[in-house]
Amino acid sequence: MNLSRIYAIVLRQFYLLKGSPTRLLPLFVWVMIDIVLWGFFTLYLGSVSPQGDRFVPALLGAVLLWDFLTRVMQGVTMVFFEDVWSRNFLNFFATPMRVTEYIAGLVITGIATSLIGLVAMLLLAWLAFGLSFAAYGAVLIPFIMVLFVFGMALGVLGSAFVLRLGPSAEWLIWPIPAILAPFVCVFYPLSVLPVWMQAIAHLLPPSYIFESMRGIVNGGPVPWLGLLAASLLSLAYLAASIWVFLRVYRTAVRSGLIARYSAEAVN
Amino acid sequence: MTEASAPALHVKHLTKRYGALLAVDDLSFAVYPGEIVGLLGLNGAGKSTTINMILGVLEPTSGSVSLNGFDVAKQRQQALAKTNFAAVYAPLPGNLTVRQNLRIFGLIYNVAALERRVDDLLEQYELTKFAGTRCGLLSSGEQSRVSLAKAMLNAPRVLLLDEPTASIDPSTAQGIRAYIRDFTARQQGAVLWTSHNMYEVEEVCDRIMLMSQGKILMQGDPKTLPQAHGFATLEALFVDVARETGAGS
Repeated sequence: MNLSRIYAIVLRQFYLLKGSPTRLLPLFVWVMIDIVLWGFFTLYLGSVSPQGDRFVPALLGAVLLWDFLTRVMQGVTMVFFEDVWSRNFLNFFATPMRVTEYIAGLVITGIATSLIGLVAMLLLAWLAFGLSFAAYGAVLIPFIMVLFVFGMALGVLGSAFVLRLGPSAEWLIWPIPAILAPFVCVFYPLSVLPVWMQAIAHLLPPSYIFESMRGIVNGGPVPWLGLLAASLLSLAYLAASIWVFLRVYRTAVRSGLIARYSAEAVN
Repeated sequence: MTEASAPALHVKHLTKRYGALLAVDDLSFAVYPGEIVGLLGLNGAGKSTTINMILGVLEPTSGSVSLNGFDVAKQRQQALAKTNFAAVYAPLPGNLTVRQNLRIFGLIYNVAALERRVDDLLEQYELTKFAGTRCGLLSSGEQSRVSLAKAMLNAPRVLLLDEPTASIDPSTAQGIRAYIRDFTARQQGAVLWTSHNMYEVEEVCDRIMLMSQGKILMQGDPKTLPQAHGFATLEALFVDVARETGAGS
């Protein structure tokens, strides 16, 4: 791994964000709108339910963590899409840069941009709706780490799809979090799902996180075994997504797809 | 041209097949330090396919490419460290400024004293006044100069130019030819140049290779090759070869 090349990918995104409010604003705006919307909904539920004090950490916390995962995935794919949109693959991959260095650049940039969104969400949820992180304790850190890693895996996998299927496959990538959401039990316990959906949920790391979060809010112990399973699963997904990206890249080099991504611009 | 030295670019039995289509057919040639070699051919002759295989972005069906003594398939990082390219169909990202683009590619090539190198190239290619301008706002000629500046960032020993003067005015094209000649004279760089402009090829290239249907049909000095085949000009030879081979559809 050459750090200078990884830095180049990160720096490129910094330049793009710096010079473009249309890229910078979405890092904050959508997540803040989500927090405001769900924040008021949570306050309303709290006012009509005898268990009102638990809605803020359970529901708003879930929204916050789910939005965070989505932003991590989009952070990675957005950096990749910049190269799709500017048809820059030939320029990048005709250099000594390794594809693993390129992926590392995508992931680091995705982490940086999603952290900006996370801080904005946490501040707003705390200041406007009184979401206290003491409700979760130190276990919030592994929660976030698992979602980080799984979000990265989704981002790398989504990028691999677009590399393989072409720029028009972009529309396949954006709905991925929405497709996963019913299975990972963001807002309801795992037990309400039918058995076949539970089987899928057990394969998805976020479902362990949201189950754990609800358990802790309801006064239960930290389910360390579940967290360990989620950590291992998310690492496995990340490794698998990188493997898929490398395979797709290899196929693209064999078929000439990398060169054609640029050549299409003059046809 | 210094054929006594080792070739900077050595292509051996290079073949690319897409199913039934043979895009490049057992191609072998070498380009030596200080030499500018023109690769001519109609659209679809296999020129860009050959350049993409040399750059390692397209895997050959068989054969090998060595750059500065390094095999592209097995020693990609070393082979491409002192190689660069500019192509009309691969402009630098238009949403970054000239300086930002040069800085990013300089980091990718691990260029030492990068800021000074960028400043030198901006001055050399008369781009200083455009340093803070987004590449997408530049004219075709200015973008070509930026691509060339990027191609010079790592002081390459092998430079691949795929129609670098296409769609730019004659004055700018003349300037670009001067840059390239200066590059080979000063740095003993090896250049593989594709073009459809026969005047340009005659003026710049030490040697040309005429390619059709994935094969090199003939090669030689662009100033003497037409006469050797009974034609007055290189263009007349080119058109005749195109008709004879029925290529270019």
